[in-house]
Amino acid sequence: MEGNPNNEIPNTKMKNALLNYTLSLADNASVMSHRLGEWCGHGPVLEQDIALTNISLDDIGQARSLYQYAAEQLNNMPTTEKTNLFSDMMLNAKIAAGENLDEDDLAYLRDAWDYRSLLLVEQPNKDWAYTIARSFYYDAFMQLFYKGLQNSKDDRLKGIAEKSLKEVTYHLRWSSEWIIRLGDGTDESHQKIQTAINDLWMYTGEMFKMTDTDKAMAVAGIGVDLAGLHKDWLNNIKNIFTQATLQLPTDIWMQDGGKEGHHSEHLGYILADMQFLQRTYPGLDW
Amino acid sequence: MTSFEQHFEDKINNEVNIEPRDWMPDDYRKTNIRQISQHAHSEIVGMLPEGNWITRAPSLRRKAILLAKVQDEAGHGLYLYSAAETLGITRDEMIEQLHTGKAKYSSIFNYPTTSWADMGAIGWLVDGAAIMNQVALCRTSYGPYARAMVRICKEESFHQRQGFEILLSLVRGNATQKKMAQDALNRWWWPSLMMFGPNDDNSPHSAQSLHWRIKRFSNDELRQKFVDAATEQAKVLGLAIPDPALKWNEERGHYDFGEIDWEEFWNVVKGNGPCNKERLDTRRKAWEDGEWVREAAMAYVEKRKNRSQKAA
Repeated sequence: MEGNPNNEIPNTKMKNALLNYTLSLADNASVMSHRLGEWCGHGPVLEQDIALTNISLDDIGQARSLYQYAAEQLNNMPTTEKTNLFSDMMLNAKIAAGENLDEDDLAYLRDAWDYRSLLLVEQPNKDWAYTIARSFYYDAFMQLFYKGLQNSKDDRLKGIAEKSLKEVTYHLRWSSEWIIRLGDGTDESHQKIQTAINDLWMYTGEMFKMTDTDKAMAVAGIGVDLAGLHKDWLNNIKNIFTQATLQLPTDIWMQDGGKEGHHSEHLGYILADMQFLQRTYPGLDW
Repeated sequence: MTSFEQHFEDKINNEVNIEPRDWMPDDYRKTNIRQISQHAHSEIVGMLPEGNWITRAPSLRRKAILLAKVQDEAGHGLYLYSAAETLGITRDEMIEQLHTGKAKYSSIFNYPTTSWADMGAIGWLVDGAAIMNQVALCRTSYGPYARAMVRICKEESFHQRQGFEILLSLVRGNATQKKMAQDALNRWWWPSLMMFGPNDDNSPHSAQSLHWRIKRFSNDELRQKFVDAATEQAKVLGLAIPDPALKWNEERGHYDFGEIDWEEFWNVVKGNGPCNKERLDTRRKAWEDGEWVREAAMAYVEKRKNRSQKAA
């Protein structure tokens, strides 16, 4: 570690970085669980319907712990520091009124431009192949990420990482097995999963891209050096693709922006669905 | 009566479970297959009306509970399909029967879930009505079915509580939320009473099923039990049951209640409910869309088998 980051970065900036970091992890987990939850009742076979729901439930659990932590951070900030953090009118009214925020305020009262999730997780389910490919890329990343986050100097993130690593290790085993099964199954499944991994490849680069927030957190020993995970991630992916008789997609332009609030068209519809009750009947307990 | 038949009757009369390898009359086997598969299909189709609100659940906690609940239903479907398989039918055959319309499922799932309060009403009333049936089925004569029901009942009582709790939150909320809860009760009350099936004198399979102890109580007995319990619970919620004839009968020690609209009941059974077509189409689509996935999984298993044989 070079120098003492807390002296170099102003305190407010640091607090905002931690908040953004926590929110970005929470948003990933929430959007992913939302997408997987869309499958509930529509899976190709009952056992897989149950497996998908399990994973979706794990992700919701992670999202809740992370949003709760983010809400605590916000509640500990002086009002002046948080008046301009978000763009949502309902959320800002609560902040201005000095109300304490909770997990649901953060999930349900931020519009897409305030969401910090990866472009990958908001991509539509389309079919089983796309769903598996999306999960596989994400799980393979999250497994390495949570491993790294276990060493966080932030106790809360460290605790969440320890619990989540166990879950994501199972998720990765599940999605890896499906990649292999589809790749080495029938000609049709091989072609479908190859297309899906190719099409989603352009969203994988963003996982390793260090935003200012990522850099600040990594330097502070709170976050993970994302760029440093890429080599292991690629090796793990290659290993599974080889077993699955699949080709690693060729290098193409990588899309990014989700982590800074620049999303695809899909996130808006997810949030319209998800936030409908909270927005139509505001301020109520459910 | 053959000695096989005598032995079977003795077991039934002595409350000894019938097990898969035991001799049983053909009609006993068929009745159990019909009932257990119908029950399994109800769990699976029943995932759809509630699944309809997973992405719109109003909080992360509610979303997680609803997901877990719908997942339980998938699990119940699995146990029940497995129980039916012990009678000599495969899951695929049963699913085929569902998709062709040969096998039925509970008509209640042919009603739409149009508001969040419906998640409460389904848990409270639909699962509540199902529990009345299912508790009785824990002592049904066919062993695998009875054992599946014991597991299922434990989870169903959690489902009913979560439904009641959703409604409790709504009635403690503002006027709109309370209106939402009342509206859900208005729509789900009568279909829930219909879940117990036709009146006893009009129920084609009842007598034989009672004799074989597949059924333990008649449709009307269970319906009465349900009305008595739900009426008290509605008071706790402060909601009005949409039945002007509902009235405590001191003499009987039960609530009297109005006549069910049997025309609506038979109409929905025949396929004319608001969502019959949609529900079946959705199930068929999920199955057809999943065909290449199931084929791939089977092909992969075959390939591995061949490879390990070659290696050996």
